[in-house]
Amino acid sequence: MRVAIIGCGAVGSLFAANLAQLDDVDVWAYDLAREHVDAINANGLHLSGAGEVVGRLRATTDAAELPPCDFGIVATKAMHTSAAVAATAHAFANGCVATVQNGLGNEEAIAEHVERVIRGTTFPAGKILAPGHVQWDVKGDTTLGPFEPQPAPFAQVERLADACTRGGMPTTAVADARGPQWRKVIFNAATNPIGALTGLTHGRVVERPDLRKLVSGLVDEGKAVAAAQGIELDADPEDLIDHAAKPEVAYDHKASMLQDVEARRTTEIDYLNGGIVRFGREHGVPTPLNQAIWALVKGVEDSWTK
Amino acid sequence: MRVVVAGAGTIGSLFAAHLARVADVAVLTRREEHARTLNEQGLRVSGRSDFTARVTASTDPAEFGDADLVVLACKGGDLEPLATSLAGHFANATVMTVQNGLGAEDVVAVHGAWPLLSAVTFMSGTRHEDSHVEYVLDTATWIGPYRDTTQADAESIADLIRAAGLKAEAFDDLRPAQWSKLIFNATVNAVAALTGLPHDFHFAAGMLGGLVHDLTDEGKAVAAAAGVALSEDPWEMNVHATQHGHAHYPSMLEDVNAHRPTEIELITGSLVRAAKQHGVAVPLHTTLYRLVKAKEASYS
Repeated sequence: MRVAIIGCGAVGSLFAANLAQLDDVDVWAYDLAREHVDAINANGLHLSGAGEVVGRLRATTDAAELPPCDFGIVATKAMHTSAAVAATAHAFANGCVATVQNGLGNEEAIAEHVERVIRGTTFPAGKILAPGHVQWDVKGDTTLGPFEPQPAPFAQVERLADACTRGGMPTTAVADARGPQWRKVIFNAATNPIGALTGLTHGRVVERPDLRKLVSGLVDEGKAVAAAQGIELDADPEDLIDHAAKPEVAYDHKASMLQDVEARRTTEIDYLNGGIVRFGREHGVPTPLNQAIWALVKGVEDSWTK
Repeated sequence: MRVVVAGAGTIGSLFAAHLARVADVAVLTRREEHARTLNEQGLRVSGRSDFTARVTASTDPAEFGDADLVVLACKGGDLEPLATSLAGHFANATVMTVQNGLGAEDVVAVHGAWPLLSAVTFMSGTRHEDSHVEYVLDTATWIGPYRDTTQADAESIADLIRAAGLKAEAFDDLRPAQWSKLIFNATVNAVAALTGLPHDFHFAAGMLGGLVHDLTDEGKAVAAAAGVALSEDPWEMNVHATQHGHAHYPSMLEDVNAHRPTEIELITGSLVRAAKQHGVAVPLHTTLYRLVKAKEASYS
């Protein structure tokens, strides 16, 4: 089978390099970063840290080069989903496309361009160290399931999950993947922007009792929006928040949104807190704290361009 | 007329030096060295005024005898210990507070039976050294009665301050103006400090404008519960200020940019505490309060 990774940043590279270990999987990667693409084609894609892996695969900056694929795995930042999938949709005329991105609304954006869509959530994380070389920070599970309005056949979801698992990225196929997805979104929306607005690492956010209450307020709104849609969270996001605050886990971790703000890059706030607010509005659930945090982070972004 | 100015930061120094031109002024300082310098060198004002005033200074209120007026000009956080040290002194004085935020009068009230005037000042300056302050913004000080005082008492102190060369205005009730300013300040300062935006058009439109509007609504609900009829609508103050042309950098934004402690405790803290006292929920101001406190912690 052939799999194309759409957006070969840190998370995309983890999937690409691991899947490339399998003899029965032909891996392609589409990314706009030419140096990264050139390095992958010349020397392979190197992972180090949580696992030492070298993947041999074809990378390209030109979507037209992609051959017909059985599967796509979209791993761009959420604001680039639509453009990346529009450019590559021809490769998936007979295939299925999964998202492993952060935030809400990616499946809907993908479904505008391809027919069969797989909802997904992934917990592994890393960062690009150099072109062709990615630091694998954290291992973790991935969950895939059919995107309800435009589902991929469940057998295909299982086929992709099996390949990922065999490649070294443990992945489960489930009928309803919204639970893990909303748990991660609620976690991210309740903690990332707080780090971004205050400059504090995850552990320092969680250890301040007053700030922890704010985090819980954001979590509660997210849970209410999930419940209104009949989504059962697979675990309590609060547990994940406290677990991540442990010194041996991610106490000193600067949320990606804090890193974005420090580098003055557009954040994923529209797809995290913005997503919770939009889904809340659709289901009649008020989300005033998420709305306030969304407005403040957009204000931060506006302060760079005024 | 004998005036004691307690606290000789920027505002205290501006009051002391100017009032010394029309009254007998004593300055209560925290540091011995500061008092010695003032006694030896006097207090120089530059900027919008230019003179050197003779004052007497001490760290001990017992050295001053009685007074007609005591102006408490310290920062809000220093008020409690200062008021404690004044207990038993100045039996015939009227005491005037000029702290930011709310509640300074009540902090002072428990330490003595003095008649109280409430004041809020918008003048500003820069303290260059113990004996030299620059008078920068000649905006008014507003004064109103608080306990056992009348508008006429406020008027007579406003007259004294004006005669000294500063601007002042008396009100029959200071709270409508004080609260309008407080709600405006709590909203604009905290949003600016968190976003990095100066007070510009972003505050009056779009998503951020929506948040600012909701914040002023929360403030208005607290004022209503406290029985205060605002003198100005804080949302309209905000819109008006953003239409001025040049974007103002609120002091709290300058503080966080310079990694200094902010006045969040005095400004937003006052509003949040008043809300609690009157049983009004202010989740948005509470959120900003927590975020700004945490931002301060990030650089300390």
